[in-house]
Amino acid sequence: MNIHAIRAIYLFEMARTKRTLLQSIVSPVISTSLYFVVFGAAIGSRIPQIDGIGYGSFIVPGLVMLSLLTQSLSNASFGIYFPKFTGTIYELLSAPVSYVEIILSYVGAAATKSILLGAIILATAGLFVPLHIEHPFWMILFLLLTAVTFSLLGFIIGIWADNFEKLQLVPLLIITPLTFLGGSFYSLDMLPPFWQQVSLFNPVVYLISGFRWSFYGIADVAVGVSLGMTMLFLAVCVAVVAWIFKTGYRLKA
Amino acid sequence: MSVIINVANLSKTYASGFRALRAVNLEIRQGEIFALLGPNGAGKTTLISIICGIVRPSEGKVTVAGHDIIRDYRAARSLIGLVPQELTTDAFESVWTTVSLSRGLFGKAPNPAHLEKVLRELSLWDKKNNRIITLSGGMKRRLLIAKALSHEPQILFLDEPTAGVDVELRREMWALVRRLRSSGVTIILTTHYIEEAEEMADRVGVINNGEIIVVEDKAELMRKLGRKQLTLQLRQPLGEIPPALQRHRLELANDGSELIYTYDSRAAHGEHDGIVALLDDLTAAGIGFKDLHTTQSSLEDIFVGLLRSGR
Ligand SMILES: Nc1ncnc2c1ncn2[C@@H]1O[C@H](COP(=O)(O)OP(=O)(O)OP(=O)(O)O)[C@@H](O)[C@H]1O
Ligand SMILES: [Mg+2]
Repeated sequence: MNIHAIRAIYLFEMARTKRTLLQSIVSPVISTSLYFVVFGAAIGSRIPQIDGIGYGSFIVPGLVMLSLLTQSLSNASFGIYFPKFTGTIYELLSAPVSYVEIILSYVGAAATKSILLGAIILATAGLFVPLHIEHPFWMILFLLLTAVTFSLLGFIIGIWADNFEKLQLVPLLIITPLTFLGGSFYSLDMLPPFWQQVSLFNPVVYLISGFRWSFYGIADVAVGVSLGMTMLFLAVCVAVVAWIFKTGYRLKA
Repeated sequence: MSVIINVANLSKTYASGFRALRAVNLEIRQGEIFALLGPNGAGKTTLISIICGIVRPSEGKVTVAGHDIIRDYRAARSLIGLVPQELTTDAFESVWTTVSLSRGLFGKAPNPAHLEKVLRELSLWDKKNNRIITLSGGMKRRLLIAKALSHEPQILFLDEPTAGVDVELRREMWALVRRLRSSGVTIILTTHYIEEAEEMADRVGVINNGEIIVVEDKAELMRKLGRKQLTLQLRQPLGEIPPALQRHRLELANDGSELIYTYDSRAAHGEHDGIVALLDDLTAAGIGFKDLHTTQSSLEDIFVGLLRSGR
């Protein structure tokens, strides 16, 4: 294991994070606050409790997930796309580092940043609504798994993208709708039966449901199923990354 | 001398179907300075990129210090430092951050003292906290060298290191390369400046259209393929070459006031029809001369000649 390389890449990426920390924190904190003002206070006060939980509290896990997903994706995709774009990736490709080491360091750095942001958003939410975490261990597990999985997905997008438009495309076109339709703002049983069935094809549903269960003990799908689906999604991403490195796809001519 | 890099039967066909390398065989010896010459698009960067692991070979095998570059990539790559042709840098990072990254990437423990030495050697020490975007082109080139040297490589590839570098800096780089060589580093450089190869290299390889045309000791190459010219300044101009001198390959120049004799360097050591015979014939014909000088073709002439002969 080239520990020095993992450490060097991780520190380099975290230095980049530090440089842009303020802007990375400010925008999610502001948008989360806006959600609470709009949904929590203005609209939420007219929405009855869901499963005995106030609407403002109900949406917290979904909001944290929303930021976690988008942050993981954009950090990881940018982290690997940028050296490809500038050409500095030559050094990574010529270095005695294995694929596992590259992924550990890049995905590790991206996940670290998004978890940090998730924690900040959770703290922000705590300012607006009462928070209650019933299963802290599971909460952290879901947080970690989701950050890692979506950082891996971001890494894949960063390698696949060959221009900045494509880099924005997947988060915008796929992830944001999936998250909004994934039960961030409602419980699945509020939907007509047909759409409930459709929702089960949305992987984000499982993440949010499991995450919410760790807070309030209520879930749309069984927590075991949530965990299984998250792991499955993680495994798919790992497999795709392994294939990319094995074939040199879009990395080596 | 032992061989440190062995390239055997290496071919590269890019995804576009373009064949950039055709069955290249090449041995680089430990501790030498090897100059790879070739026109634009000859395949120099492709060859270097394959050895360094940036481009995948289509066929053939490369070993570095006995380590296969694919099976044993860790051992092979940790010996190599690469200075790429393009000025690619992390614009927003500082000089110090990037050289630290380079050292770590190649599996070396942090060593600020070594990094300081390298940066001082390349006159970048006072820029260590500057963002790279604020450096000049020549400074960026030096930074790329510093990155490659940050992890103490045994083998250094310099892909056109002096492109866009002013004369003084070029001399400094040459001096640095010589110092590295004397500390035991093997250096492979590509260049468009033939004077650079002439000045620096122990051996020269010429590549064209993805094929190695010749690999030779520099002095040997110049001796074998170099040509010499003897110019005689005559006392009396000649209208034409006298019949008695027809058997020598002679030309008249400067309105008949100069006689030029062209010969292979190899023939310089007195064959019967060489210089001695010519001078004898001149005396016999009663042609006197005031002065004479000889010129030798440069590596550049040889290079151009090789490419033109289309071998
Ligand atoms: N990724 C690629 N895909 C397709 N063709 C390529 C690729 N990279 C290089 N080539 C082609 O391969 C040939 C050799 O390129 P290479 O960069 O090795 O030349 P070079 O000898 O380094 O030239 P120069 O002196 O201009 O740097 C060129 O014709 C080039 O167009
Ligand atoms: Mg080149």
